[in-house]
Amino acid sequence: MTAQDYWALSPVIAMAGLALILLSADALLAERMFGGKRYGSKRALSWIAVIGLIAPALLALNLWFGWVGEATSEAVLYGTFTADRFALFFQFIIIGATAAVILGSVPYLQQFRDSLGEFFTLLLTAAAGMMLLVGASELITIYVALETTALPAIALAALRRDGFSIEAAAKFLILSALSTALLLFGLVFLYGYTGATRIDEIVARMATLPFEAGVPFGSLAVMLAVLLIVAGFGFKMAIAPWHMWVPDVYQGAPTPVAAFLSVASKASAFAVLMRILYAMAEFDPVANDWQILFALIATASMTVGNLLALSQTNMKRLLAYSTIAQAGYIMVGFAAVEAASATGTATAGPQSIMYYLAGYAFTNLAVFLGFAAIIHRTNDDSIAGLSGLIKRSPVLAVLISIGLLSLLGMPPTVGFMSKAVIFSTAVDQGLIWLAVVAVVNTVIAAYYYLRIVGLILFGQAQENQKIQPTTSEMTAVAAGVVGAIIFGVVPWLLLQPINDSITIV
Amino acid sequence: MTEFNGILTLTVFLPALASLIIMLAKPLQLEDRLIRWFAILSTVATFILSMIVFLAYDRDAGGVQFIDHIAWLSAETIKSSYLLGVDGLSAPLVLLTGLLGMAAAFASRNIQLRVSEYFIWLLLLEAAVMGVFVSLDLLLFFVFFEFEVIPMFMLISLWGSGRPRYSAMKFVLYTLAGGAFMFVGIFAVYLTGAVDTLTMVAVPQLGIVGIADQIAGVDLIAPASLIFAFFLVAFAVKLPVWPLHNWLPDAHTDAPTAVSVMLAGVLLKMAGYGMIRINIGLFQETNGFTVHDAAGILSVVAAISVVYGAIVTIRQTDMKRLIAYSSVSHMGFVLLGLTAIGGSNAAIQTGGVNGAALQMFTHGTITGLAFLMVGLAYDRTHTRHIPHLGGLWRRMPVIGIFFFIAGFASLGLPALSGFVSEIMVFLNSFPVWPWAASISAFGVVLAAGYVLWMIQRTFFGAKPPDGGIPDDKFDELTDAEPLDLIPIIALTIPIFVIGIWPKVIVDVFNIGIEEVLR
Repeated sequence: MTAQDYWALSPVIAMAGLALILLSADALLAERMFGGKRYGSKRALSWIAVIGLIAPALLALNLWFGWVGEATSEAVLYGTFTADRFALFFQFIIIGATAAVILGSVPYLQQFRDSLGEFFTLLLTAAAGMMLLVGASELITIYVALETTALPAIALAALRRDGFSIEAAAKFLILSALSTALLLFGLVFLYGYTGATRIDEIVARMATLPFEAGVPFGSLAVMLAVLLIVAGFGFKMAIAPWHMWVPDVYQGAPTPVAAFLSVASKASAFAVLMRILYAMAEFDPVANDWQILFALIATASMTVGNLLALSQTNMKRLLAYSTIAQAGYIMVGFAAVEAASATGTATAGPQSIMYYLAGYAFTNLAVFLGFAAIIHRTNDDSIAGLSGLIKRSPVLAVLISIGLLSLLGMPPTVGFMSKAVIFSTAVDQGLIWLAVVAVVNTVIAAYYYLRIVGLILFGQAQENQKIQPTTSEMTAVAAGVVGAIIFGVVPWLLLQPINDSITIV
Repeated sequence: MTEFNGILTLTVFLPALASLIIMLAKPLQLEDRLIRWFAILSTVATFILSMIVFLAYDRDAGGVQFIDHIAWLSAETIKSSYLLGVDGLSAPLVLLTGLLGMAAAFASRNIQLRVSEYFIWLLLLEAAVMGVFVSLDLLLFFVFFEFEVIPMFMLISLWGSGRPRYSAMKFVLYTLAGGAFMFVGIFAVYLTGAVDTLTMVAVPQLGIVGIADQIAGVDLIAPASLIFAFFLVAFAVKLPVWPLHNWLPDAHTDAPTAVSVMLAGVLLKMAGYGMIRINIGLFQETNGFTVHDAAGILSVVAAISVVYGAIVTIRQTDMKRLIAYSSVSHMGFVLLGLTAIGGSNAAIQTGGVNGAALQMFTHGTITGLAFLMVGLAYDRTHTRHIPHLGGLWRRMPVIGIFFFIAGFASLGLPALSGFVSEIMVFLNSFPVWPWAASISAFGVVLAAGYVLWMIQRTFFGAKPPDGGIPDDKFDELTDAEPLDLIPIIALTIPIFVIGIWPKVIVDVFNIGIEEVLR
């Protein structure tokens, strides 16, 4: 390994190291403090974790700006890992989401006082796996990284140890195993067809192989590979028809864990799928057929997510369906590929996806963590329980309302801007019907988002007891909302770094 | 190129800034009275600014003036800029928004429930509407057009009466559903190969050609008729046009008085403005389909709106609902005026569109005044049910007089503004669509019916013996207070001025409309 290899991996190593540090710190703190005040000292773990996250963030910034190491499209470690700006962009999202989740769950974690160390270790290990995943450029590395993210996430879902939580984890485990199996099948087909596991080699060999006319994707092997890979990642991205586990897991898992899954897990799966597919996008048969595939998936995901969300009575299940719908909107961006582009803008699709994902990360974290703060205190995760929230916790109520309006896509939030960008790519491809389906879906979504906003702002409070979130929770939620507004009003703040990071096309 | 005049940005964002100040001052627990007067003064300042814009608009130079321009969004598939400016078409509507915003704020001075929140939303509403009229960039136009639903949702939901949450949600879903199609339409226009800007009109100062010119004679990315329909649906919902008008009576009936004034006065005008600016402005020379092809169908829809709206109005028993339905009928005249675009004579086209634009302006002041008067009467009688009212004139002659003025203007009495705009619409639509215009003329007859009959039943005759207001309460009814007269007179002046000297508005509209029609 050269020095550049180490620098390229440094943010991931730092994240994994931090997980180990917390594991040890947990043991040390537990050793010293017996008896009643154990949580008091364990609370320090949260701060160690948050402050420790500065290390991977700084190392990633170092690569981004090229202070010591350098972000290159050149893969390191025998071509298995690429620390390009594309990977770094998603690493920032993952680090930010991890920090927000930890900040937003400090009081929530009191109930896990016996397994606090496990919580942080699992969370940070999953984050390290995701950071590896977004840069992985070789099939086996992708698989290993994916498992590194999945297994800790399953354990996290079971952390509450009640019926719902165990059920959620069991479902998550089985479906995760199933999806990984599908993914492996897909990767095997790709390997069998091209004889290579490195993405750049796969692409190089595909260029020499003949495409069959009349067969989708130019070859049955490629078709199976693409379909199975999409299905495998479909579980992680929570898109229909692979969405069944999402509401159960989000409902059963601790709310901050659901927040983490809905943002970081999703973003990393989207990133790696983009990396694989955009590498193959230069082959016209692949790109053309892929457009139809993703258009259909997007339609299914948006429609299923929004229609099922309408009738939910549980807040966490509603948010789960809302994330399924949001993933559907992102899929619209996948349907925009270079080959069929009307204006010849090859980067339009990735740009729109990354903008949407970044905006979604801010908004969704704010909403999830806001609700986590409430649910933790009221022990009531029904929608009716939110009635009159403005009287019980005015600031939180306003922040959550703005977050919901951003998820709905109201100007001037980032939710609106990113929808404008991502739907325009569909029209650019001549997929006007898809854009129409998408906007009609946003109207359906308006009903359930606004119903909650209405309930929060105008409903009668069932109890008058105030809900007083701590500063750390407020910081996490407010940071998300401020991001959602700033990146909506001044889009170029986000689009500029995104344009620098579209290194995969 | 960046050019920044600043006056329009100030006009749009002054109310928003005021609402931000109220929001930030909330922890100080200021007195409600202070907040009220602060909000009212900020709308007065906005009105003065809008007056300055209207008067300072250089009529000899024409074109787009007072430009504020900053590049804003530059994604691969959509590049938008913050571009504000007024031309002859929007200048009077800016004035109308300033006027009604001020009237609405004055009319809200008796709000007691959550005062600071109420004014936050009312001011944001004014800012959004103002933004719609001065945005020259399609996406920015859409941003303001969409944003306006949030303040409306809040204002109707919390401060409304009847079934406010239901009505608010209905309003929002109708508007968003229409807007959703416009959203796709915007992309389709922008992504058409020959178009490289989202600026609707030519802005020579910035070297921008404008979509209207770029789109002429080229094939659009999708059939032009489809894109035209996408925009039309959004505005037809908002105008509203039969059969998409269903949200309007509910929203109006349940909204608080000031919000009804804003809704009827300026929100509906955003749709008429959008039709002129986009449906007519952009689709005159597109390949395969132009607005002229749609004029025939639209004239039929307009005639149905006018007559159907009027017939339904007659049988209403709620005063507010009655005026709401009369809006459907009167906004039908706007659409009828626009269908003159199907004619071959340039003078008739211009005249028709001009009539429609003037009808928007006059309807804004007339219906705004009518809602104000209903609101004042309701505040006192606590009922709007017409059979329960009667003989109010004896107790509240001042309210009665201005209700009369609004009513007469609404039915088109000569020397009041409604007459001028309706006669312009008829004169110019008749040569093009004689049947539709003739049938619509019955709308005026019916208007006389419902206006006079309502006034007769509520203000004259005897108090109904049962079901109405108890005798002791009736004798305690009071007339309008001096402060109520400020918004009333502010809305009455334009009714007389335009009725007697329409040139003051028509000439300005004419400049803008001649530029829109090419």
